[in-house]
Amino acid sequence: MDDRMNVNRRSLLKGAGYVALAFAIPLESSAQSPAVEKPRLPGSLQNNRNISAWIRINADKTVTLLIGKVELGQGILTAVAQICADELDIDFERLVLISGDTLQTPNEGTTAGSFSMPQCGPAVRQASAEARKIMLDLAAEKLGKPADGMTVKDGTITAAGGGSVTYWDLSLGKALEREATGQVKPKPASEHRYVGKSVGRIDIPAKMIGEVAFVHEMRPKGMLYGQVVRPPTYKAKLASVDLAPIEKMAGVVKVVRNGSFLAVIAQRDEQSIIAAKALFDAAKWDVEKALPGADGMQDWLLNAKPARKIETMKKPRAGGDPAVKTVEAMYYRPYHMHASIGTSCAIATLDPDGVTTIQTHSQSVFETRQAIARMLGVDLAKVRCQHVQGAGCYGHNMADDAAADAALLAQAMPGRPVRIQYTREGEHRWEPYGSAMVLKAKAGLDKDGNVLDWDLDIYSTPHGTRPGGQPGNLLSARYLEKPFAPPTPGNNGAPNYAADRNGIALYDFPGQNVLTHFITDMPLRVSSTRGLGAYGNVFAIESFIDELARAANVDPVEYRLRFLKDERARDAVQKAADAFGWSKWQKREGRGRGIGFARYKNTAGYCAVALEVEVNRRNGRIRVLRAVASADSGHIVNPDGVINQIEGGLIQSLSWTLKEEVKFDDTRVTSDDWASYPILTFSEVPPIEVVLIDRPGTPFLGTGEASQGPTGAALANAVHDATGVRFRRLPLTPDRVRAGLSA
Amino acid sequence: MIAFKLNEKDVRIDVPATAPLLAVLSNDLGINGAKFGCGKSQCGACAVLVDGEPVRSCATQLSAVSGRSVTTLEGLTQNGKPSKLQQAFIDEQAAQCGYCASGMIIQAQALLDRNPNPSDSEVRTALNGNLCRCGAHNRIVRAVLRAAKEG
Repeated sequence: MDDRMNVNRRSLLKGAGYVALAFAIPLESSAQSPAVEKPRLPGSLQNNRNISAWIRINADKTVTLLIGKVELGQGILTAVAQICADELDIDFERLVLISGDTLQTPNEGTTAGSFSMPQCGPAVRQASAEARKIMLDLAAEKLGKPADGMTVKDGTITAAGGGSVTYWDLSLGKALEREATGQVKPKPASEHRYVGKSVGRIDIPAKMIGEVAFVHEMRPKGMLYGQVVRPPTYKAKLASVDLAPIEKMAGVVKVVRNGSFLAVIAQRDEQSIIAAKALFDAAKWDVEKALPGADGMQDWLLNAKPARKIETMKKPRAGGDPAVKTVEAMYYRPYHMHASIGTSCAIATLDPDGVTTIQTHSQSVFETRQAIARMLGVDLAKVRCQHVQGAGCYGHNMADDAAADAALLAQAMPGRPVRIQYTREGEHRWEPYGSAMVLKAKAGLDKDGNVLDWDLDIYSTPHGTRPGGQPGNLLSARYLEKPFAPPTPGNNGAPNYAADRNGIALYDFPGQNVLTHFITDMPLRVSSTRGLGAYGNVFAIESFIDELARAANVDPVEYRLRFLKDERARDAVQKAADAFGWSKWQKREGRGRGIGFARYKNTAGYCAVALEVEVNRRNGRIRVLRAVASADSGHIVNPDGVINQIEGGLIQSLSWTLKEEVKFDDTRVTSDDWASYPILTFSEVPPIEVVLIDRPGTPFLGTGEASQGPTGAALANAVHDATGVRFRRLPLTPDRVRAGLSA
Repeated sequence: MIAFKLNEKDVRIDVPATAPLLAVLSNDLGINGAKFGCGKSQCGACAVLVDGEPVRSCATQLSAVSGRSVTTLEGLTQNGKPSKLQQAFIDEQAAQCGYCASGMIIQAQALLDRNPNPSDSEVRTALNGNLCRCGAHNRIVRAVLRAAKEG
């Protein structure tokens, strides 16, 4: 990027993560419920109203920015630092960030759902703007000059006609300990110095030279290594086990048995792994056979009794002529793994004051803390969670389970830090997957092939079993002597929220009905995986509209635009098509092009993806030759950050669509490593172009999950274009494609 | 007692010779670069150079490096500053989470050592055994090509 800014970022993370252990100034409760008459404040400021909860001006001429959202590799720390530096008028390098610490930072809920920028961004902007205003008022008092006409440069305030004073002279005390008013207007985009620029990520340099960056690298003195021994299957019960031989193994400090929960604690990492294997072999389990198997999952979903049928949308067409033709199609997406490259890790220490402090890469430190406190049967004040970065998670993986397991083992070894890092098999087999889904689409058409009536039926198990303060959502808590039952998950939020996320097509059809068959039985453990239901729903909607366009003999871009009234949506589709060269593209043997579009959640970022494939009819292999994505995420804070997210989501979605399916038989998950759950490799990744659509002055819409859905559909549409065969069941593996082509 | 060179410095360590090299680097010798990903040589997050050749430290026993020279991500830095390759990864913002980055840089360094001017497809082939889940692939390739270009 030409406008990339290089700043000295090393200082910014000094206070972040566990280095901040020494920085333990407890704040006043910042999560207070606002009284009715209080003004509505932007983003997470609404529920964390004190400016000092977000910003501290320090004697050493730095500024501490405290946020509840956490870094997952999405670049949130850098983006909000840009916003803060602009509003406060300070150099970027002065900022020190602390994020996701239950003792120190505002509670911003979970870092998920592409909500970091919409919730944290406006809060930081408003808090910073108000902090600047407070500084100006103090300066006016001190200098005896009017605040109007004062200018600020890197924390130095200069009055019109002379006289200056700095932030650090003015406020080291309580000046910021007041509620935001909502009355200060943030700067217009034209006055931004950092926002809108590709400032380099503050967390990247340390990661490239081997400085401590991840929780995995923390090594507190006296640390012990724990390993949990999982049952052979989800519902197996421990029948018997002889712990004595394990206790005598090299390095073993403790063997923990609590009901069907088994674990070892050892002096060394490798000793814990060897002992855990021996412990598993020594244990006798009562094993159930209850799973439908991966190949039986589509039928299982169609035949399961849903706990609820949710009318996600009910807008039957009012009158008019009956449809002249009805078309139906059924689509299937399998279970997907988050499949983080680093297995989940946490360190917990039970201190003499009875407080268990946990370093964790959880996305939800506040709610996970609550779940862990309940699991341990202690007061909330006796558990502290501090976010330290982990490997990219893409949703609710086992980060919280690792935090809980470390906490459980720490109770057995008071005073000693206990570290958990799962084995690859342990992570692959036990993480909560993205739910399999069946999507049945039906359209009633007029004589020209235009949609009159559109129906989508969604069959899905849940997409959200995050801790949410409930110990039953922590894996190990289910196996304890006094087990915590998993709560029955909801579909949460408004319609179009979870299983039905993006279930409502953004197209203005005369009639549209969406019915969600929400199944709370869970053959496999499931939870939030990048995009939730959006990936499956957009795959179905965008495949189906492509089928209708082709049946009507209309160009798929033109057909979409017929029904798309939202101008920004139209713009996203058109810009992707233009950048792809859609109108001048020439068909060649074996090649095809496809497009997919969605506005994530129908409320967040707009994204269209167009791509070109080549299909080898002999072996069924699909090669993606190139991809183009358009992205409208509202006002762009960091262009390269948006590109990185859109491109990363696109590649991950290609991986899901081409390769990924969690395999399981009637008892257990059999995808237990990278050979049995392959993901996309370098040679399979196409060149990608991202076209940014900036909307200065409009809300931050979020980006992280926008390209997931459109990519899957664009791929299936391109394969159809190349082969004439429509593939509706994912993934598009060579075996499946070859079988489809010869059918 | 096993003796070897770690990032140009002599180390002697008295831990079980069968311990995985990765565990010893991480837990006894304070190395942050090499990371545990799979324990089965499938993902590359733990890659280090042994006598200049990339190996998977999760599946290498400590005894195998006795008397040899081990280089980790830390060892590529020059006077605490990023090497050209590391700087290229920073300049290209070649990461999302960055957990795989150490293995990528080590594997790429091995490539550049034997082929200073690789093509795009040679870089991809060399990195096919290193997994990235965030989708930073094209940035990583650009970083390696940039480092090659800058010599």
